[in-house]
Amino acid sequence: MLLGKVIGTVVPCVVYEGLRGVPMLLVQPLDKKGKKKGAPIVAADATRMAGPGETVYYEGGREAALTLDPWFVPVDHAIVGIVDTVHHAAGAKR
Amino acid sequence: MILGRVIGDITSTINHPFYDGKKILIVERTQPSGAAMPDYLIAVDSVGAGPGERVLVLDEGTGARQVFGSKDGPVRSVIVGIIDAVK
Repeated sequence: MLLGKVIGTVVPCVVYEGLRGVPMLLVQPLDKKGKKKGAPIVAADATRMAGPGETVYYEGGREAALTLDPWFVPVDHAIVGIVDTVHHAAGAKR
Repeated sequence: MILGRVIGDITSTINHPFYDGKKILIVERTQPSGAAMPDYLIAVDSVGAGPGERVLVLDEGTGARQVFGSKDGPVRSVIVGIIDAVK
């Protein structure tokens, strides 16, 4: 899993049937210091509660699809949790 | 499996039910020497690792689910060991 920041929502008008009603969010991946890293991705929101401005952690690959029900769906990134706090160990730079 | 060091932890109230009650840690990848690499991952703890410790991380889905006795848990990265030394 990696950290990301939700920067927007995606509203599809037609989707694969197993994905109907699944929120799609635009997520900016973050590095270990919380800075932007790479290009934004679209992730399914398995929590169904994340929104723009929130820091989340997301899973990629087959495990992303496993967050959903039905799980046999074409999804490659899914948000599995909303971050309340990140506590960095003493000596580790934020 | 890969070598890493725990650099922080994450608290989360709203998450996928699989992650309820599980300890979620931020792990930076390290060289065998212990030098930090730019990559990191967020892993679920299964051995009681804490911040600052060098750890062994399994980054493969089927094995990770096996650790938690789950058939369809959405988990791939699990801390499966705490490292004393790499010789």
